[in-house]
Amino acid sequence: MATPVLDIRDLSVDYQTDRGVLHALRHINLQIEAGRIVGIVGESGCGKSTLISTIIRLLAPNATIAAGAVHFKGRNLLDLDPDGMRALRGNEISMVFQDPMTSLNPVLSIGRQMTDIQYRDASSKAEKRARAIRLLERVGLPDPAEQLRRYPHHLSGGMRQRVAIAMALMTQPALLIADEPTTALDATLEVQIIERLKQLQRDFGCAILFISHHLGVIAELCDEVVVMYAGELVESGSTRDVFLSPRHPYTRKLLECDPARIQKASRNLPVIAGKLPDLVDLPRGCVFRERCDLAVDVCTREQPRLDNGDHRAACHVSGR
Amino acid sequence: MSSRSGFFAEIFAGLKKDPLGMTGLVIVVVLLLASIFAAQLAPHDPLEVDVYNRLQSPTWQHWLGTDQLGRDVLSRVLFGGRVALKVALVAISISLSVGLLLGMLAGFGPAWLDRLLVICFDTLRSFPTIMFALAIVALTGPSLNTVIGVIIITSIPVYARIVRTQTQALRDEDFILAERAMGASTARILGHHILPNIAAPLLILASMDVPAVVGMEAGLSFLGLGVSPPTPSWGSILNDGYSYLRNSPWPILAGGLPLILVTLGFTFFGESLRDILDPKLRKKGGSS
Repeated sequence: MATPVLDIRDLSVDYQTDRGVLHALRHINLQIEAGRIVGIVGESGCGKSTLISTIIRLLAPNATIAAGAVHFKGRNLLDLDPDGMRALRGNEISMVFQDPMTSLNPVLSIGRQMTDIQYRDASSKAEKRARAIRLLERVGLPDPAEQLRRYPHHLSGGMRQRVAIAMALMTQPALLIADEPTTALDATLEVQIIERLKQLQRDFGCAILFISHHLGVIAELCDEVVVMYAGELVESGSTRDVFLSPRHPYTRKLLECDPARIQKASRNLPVIAGKLPDLVDLPRGCVFRERCDLAVDVCTREQPRLDNGDHRAACHVSGR
Repeated sequence: MSSRSGFFAEIFAGLKKDPLGMTGLVIVVVLLLASIFAAQLAPHDPLEVDVYNRLQSPTWQHWLGTDQLGRDVLSRVLFGGRVALKVALVAISISLSVGLLLGMLAGFGPAWLDRLLVICFDTLRSFPTIMFALAIVALTGPSLNTVIGVIIITSIPVYARIVRTQTQALRDEDFILAERAMGASTARILGHHILPNIAAPLLILASMDVPAVVGMEAGLSFLGLGVSPPTPSWGSILNDGYSYLRNSPWPILAGGLPLILVTLGFTFFGESLRDILDPKLRKKGGSS
């Protein structure tokens, strides 16, 4: 097996809050191999954003990395000094944000922003412009030379997100982190952007870490899926395995709740009863126990560990 | 590049649609030209005393009459404009730059620095300007540089506070986070991303600030705390005229009118600028 581009080992992140220490991430293990698209799913508050903030080392000031390591191309990112980390960001690790309406500077033209982001490059202004035009072509924006002259408010959400993706790919990163890049877009645009991302991934060969709570998008785009719940990684495996034969009860319930799977017309969308456990005062045993139909005695006593293999799950009950 | 010239072209196009703003711009330009070319335009030496022809009403020789020493009022007004606009230009550009720097530091820097700077700003702002000026003049004696210094010290907190607030509002915007995630340094974020976002409001503020600064200079000179006597200033013209108001109203009118014009001109221009540059009003392109 080749060394993964990103190798997260036993990562735990805490937040200092007024109520005490909030354990936002606990013992996360995650590997992304070069050129693979890995999706992370989970409901709000499960630690997806904390995880990506940890990878790019832009955590909130009240966060501390309690344990673990994040290896990127063999280097532990958590050991890098701020300048070393800054040199990686936007260069080898790029990011696309959720809301394209706010992720571009409103007072600078697209061209200015796209040439500006190449400041590490010594090439001439004309070359930078040419590269910007090429990238805009690649992301499927019509009339790219004209777009450079325009401002973000001239563009629609889908066009802006294409610009953001072009900017992220400008430096040919080894890893692209996409934080719900299609959530703010409508369904047709979502499909277009996903298709485009797939195409670009093939062309650029970068690995993509794709965060979403839209299961359909994950199924369409990703090679592998990681399911997170309350700061823990509860299931991981190939997209096919996880979607066709989910092993963790949480994944099963998540799939049941996907509106795309509902066959009968109904006023009520299915929900997973109960709420997330308190991350400041964690219950003993399995974190999903209180919302789980299958919970047995051992679930209250012992925390389940991820088993080994290609399709892993952290559950005492199912799939053994 | 094109974005810069586009910025000024946009302002000009906006002004063309706003007659009041255009009037303001014309007044501003006329005042600026009159001050710059005061030496060429003035019919007499502003310091030339002619006691036989003192306190005259307007004649063909003295368009605005003469003051109590027989000096030509029009020439004094023109040269007084030089003083006023020099004070405005120097004081505003220095306090704007320093305020910009300090405001960005406070808005983007660590919390302790923010608190320290805000305490300094508030302390400075708590002095009444005139009292502060009186205290400084008592220490150093009246001079133009003292006036400029006083205006700079009292204006820095005004600019800094606005820059600080704007920077703080922008700091947590997504596009700043996006820049960080793309590896931009703090200096780069401040210079390339925050500054263009706050430049427009600052420009408007600076334009609206000109009348205040000119008024302050005139006020201090009127009180005898500004420029020292023979040098003409609108404030000292007013002071001279005020003592002889019963004999001739012309010096008072001649000293007061340009003050009113400066105020009107820069206010009209500034308000028009605000309407043109306000991002909430300028969303005209929409989505395509």
